[in-house]
Amino acid sequence: MSLESQELSDLKSKIGREPTSTELQIVAAEWSEHCSYKSSKKHLKMLPMTGPLVIKEKGYDSGVLDVGDGYVVTAHIESHNHPSAVEPYGGAATGVGGVIRDILSAGTRPIAIFDGLRFGNIEKDQQARWLFKNAVTGIADYGNCLGIPTIGGEVEFDECYQNYALVDVAAVGFGKKENLIKNHAKKGDLVILLGGSTGRDGIGGSQFASDSLESEDRSAVQIPDPFIEKLIIEAILEARNEKLIHAMKDLGGGGLSCAISETADALDIGIEMDVEKVHTRESDMHPDEIMVSESQERMLIVTSKIKLKKLQIICKKFHIGCSVIGHVKFDNYMHIKKGKKTFANLPTDVVANATLLDLPSKKPVYLDTIEKEKKLKPITDYSKLMMKFLASPNIASKIWVYGQYDHEVGIRTVTKPGRDASVLRLDNGKFLSAKIDGNPKHCYINPREGAIGCFEEACRNVVCTGAKPIGMLDHLQFGSPKDPEIFWTFLESLKGLTDFAKFFKIPCVGGKVSLYNETPAGPIKPTPVIGVLGLIDKKPSIPQKISDNDCLVIIGDTKDELGGSEYFEYVHKFIGGKCPVVNFEDSKKNMFSVLKVINDSLVKSAHDCSKGGLAVAVSEMCMTNQIGCKVSLEKVPGEKLSVDRILFSESHSRYLLALERKNLKKLESILKKNNVSFKEIGEFGGYRIQFTNSAKSIIDLRVDKAQKTWLNSLRDLVLHG
Amino acid sequence: MKVGVVVFPGSNCDRDMYHVLSDVFDLDAQYYWHEKGLPKNIDAVVLPGGFSYGDRLRAGVIAAHSPIIKDVQKMAKQGIPILGVCNGFQILVEAGLLPGVLLKNESLNFMCEWTNLIVENNTTPFTNQFKLHDKIPIPIANGEGRYYVDDDTLKELKKKNQIVFRYSEVVNGSTDRIAGVCNEDGNVVGMMPHPERAVESEINPIDNKPSSLIFESLLTKTGVHN
Repeated sequence: MSLESQELSDLKSKIGREPTSTELQIVAAEWSEHCSYKSSKKHLKMLPMTGPLVIKEKGYDSGVLDVGDGYVVTAHIESHNHPSAVEPYGGAATGVGGVIRDILSAGTRPIAIFDGLRFGNIEKDQQARWLFKNAVTGIADYGNCLGIPTIGGEVEFDECYQNYALVDVAAVGFGKKENLIKNHAKKGDLVILLGGSTGRDGIGGSQFASDSLESEDRSAVQIPDPFIEKLIIEAILEARNEKLIHAMKDLGGGGLSCAISETADALDIGIEMDVEKVHTRESDMHPDEIMVSESQERMLIVTSKIKLKKLQIICKKFHIGCSVIGHVKFDNYMHIKKGKKTFANLPTDVVANATLLDLPSKKPVYLDTIEKEKKLKPITDYSKLMMKFLASPNIASKIWVYGQYDHEVGIRTVTKPGRDASVLRLDNGKFLSAKIDGNPKHCYINPREGAIGCFEEACRNVVCTGAKPIGMLDHLQFGSPKDPEIFWTFLESLKGLTDFAKFFKIPCVGGKVSLYNETPAGPIKPTPVIGVLGLIDKKPSIPQKISDNDCLVIIGDTKDELGGSEYFEYVHKFIGGKCPVVNFEDSKKNMFSVLKVINDSLVKSAHDCSKGGLAVAVSEMCMTNQIGCKVSLEKVPGEKLSVDRILFSESHSRYLLALERKNLKKLESILKKNNVSFKEIGEFGGYRIQFTNSAKSIIDLRVDKAQKTWLNSLRDLVLHG
Repeated sequence: MKVGVVVFPGSNCDRDMYHVLSDVFDLDAQYYWHEKGLPKNIDAVVLPGGFSYGDRLRAGVIAAHSPIIKDVQKMAKQGIPILGVCNGFQILVEAGLLPGVLLKNESLNFMCEWTNLIVENNTTPFTNQFKLHDKIPIPIANGEGRYYVDDDTLKELKKKNQIVFRYSEVVNGSTDRIAGVCNEDGNVVGMMPHPERAVESEINPIDNKPSSLIFESLLTKTGVHN
């Protein structure tokens, strides 16, 4: 893969001559969609990226938030979709590695990993099962070895990912504000490549990721080595403590080409480097290969000659490579040599800044009719349906996945995986809550409202732990931007996210765009994945164990919004209908009221209503607490709806609260004062999950039986098909 | 009292263990890098969990050949309390300081979950504050955590009271549900579960007191408490 003809003539006119082959390789890597964001960059500017807690520094690969008392939290999200679709183990593992190094680049220690995984229909498709199983093992083997807990994420299956995989990894770092690397370079500074050796893996990986997936180009997939990554983390944090780093960047997509040009461009310097100085895995590598190899576990460091000695001592201690490959100049050129011979000499701003595109967009035709519903087959036995639903891959517990991840290492995990969001303790006595959420089924039906819904769901999850959202990460995954209809869905999602972020004053602190997620069978559904970080000032009072006679209160209205719901798609095999829409005002009222009643210690447990609707959310509370519950559907506030719609609507802004009866009055008065729509709809106790409608039994399940099915079905499906 | 925390390339529970020893139990903990020796005036040694050398070849086998292990072996002979947790246990086994081997879990997967231990020997420096058969809620996190010995060795272990902890139920298929063992003298103890992850109430959802007794036992043994 190389430059398009227009880009080639652009390059020629910018440098005023024919480019060399090495230059072509460098520019093709850096101008790939993956590295340059050329299709999306113009539009991404609409997102709010500043706020009172956001710390901005040049050249950061991760977002930085001030969490008080001299501490910062860093966060970033990336995907590794193409590699994972070809080689799920290595693709997923190196996906973890890459985002961890982004966190490290700021000078913070990575303290948590989150992963969002999406595959085809694993009930039918053996290959989807294989991809799923191996991606999970890849993440587990990598993250566990690093000793960074994987504490959250999501797993979803949808036909649109047939023969494909979405592997999104987010990471969070923590450190002292004073230890942040303030990227800078001084005259005479050296450029150092630290870590693993450069080999022939991941050649052209960024271009591979910037086209639809048609061939299994294995040489474009990187090989993971978590052991070296762990050594790099410790070595770099030691070097950071000794203030040995002037500037730092991880080597990811585009390898050295990208790291050198972007570092030089961000710091407004030039860099001269010699490929012969790079420690390589093979002796006969061509300069072109060295420049675009995406071998993992490498960091680029700029430091002075004096500090180099100390850095070398640290690297020797950890037995990791540390090569001086070049030095800083002030001519704003990247000058690539082999010995004395020049192979490339390019202005860094040309390399680092591809010509941005303004692609045409057009509303997809399918959207004109998508909201029209078909006639559904009536449900005769809701209890039976519910058991099937709890066993379905998207609803079933993901314990088979997170049970393979070390989620305790680091001894920060206060709230463990399996809840709305995990919570970590920080060194300043505060607590961090984080969650990532996506919903391609909603986004397919309405790209704008679906994306907003993902954002709100991530907020709801974090709010259910008692945390106030302080920052957002967006990961926008779509098909080819050259298709105007797909590009329209991208823009709609982005606009929706922007509106919500501005309304709630939640800054976007990091993100990634992944386009060309297509196979010969077609593009994926629009899949924005949103991460939200929340902060809790004191030790969270929830969740507490729910006990007999505790009451169940729902906040928020249940509406006729079943488009893209699990009920329509899994039970009725119907894609269409009206997707849930977030009312910003209601969303805000509900969110802040839930935070208020949690902070006032009025509730024992809070849970958001999302995939599978009210029926699944109540069941999850019961199964997690091993207690029954009796719910009266006629009491559920909202539109007047048929029983199935009340049970399975996926309307947003809804929360379930469990509380002691003695606190109900106080809770009601707060909610009334805040003008929030709510109702006590049930009571916990016994050992059955029961839904009734005007005294008529609708669903009646034994908690233990339901729980067994819910916990084991995903594992059984993976292992036994 | 001085406790040495041995750090290998790839150790990843060293900082957690250090925090628990120094901040929770107020001990004088020190890190010791695997290439260095241990000082003579040390009162106890802990080998923390992690992935020393990335678990290459077999968990713990490369670290067992580190220079520092010679000192650990010497101290073991002198009767100094030595605790190996998770990868630390694997290293002690590979170094020949403890009997048995650790195989891949029966599920063939890495397993991270909370489980219960039963105290089977309350005479070691790490269990002297327990009553026999006390229960300890504690998390495991390992891929190669299935303890295995043959029948003859199992008989020996029972005879010499070397089984320190059992799982309360079958967790990973280990021989006789063994979760931790000691040497014949009882001063070297290895266990797969992570006590350092269970001693603080903030992160222990069940009860942090039982696992705290592992460290309280050490304090008692070395005369800090009596």
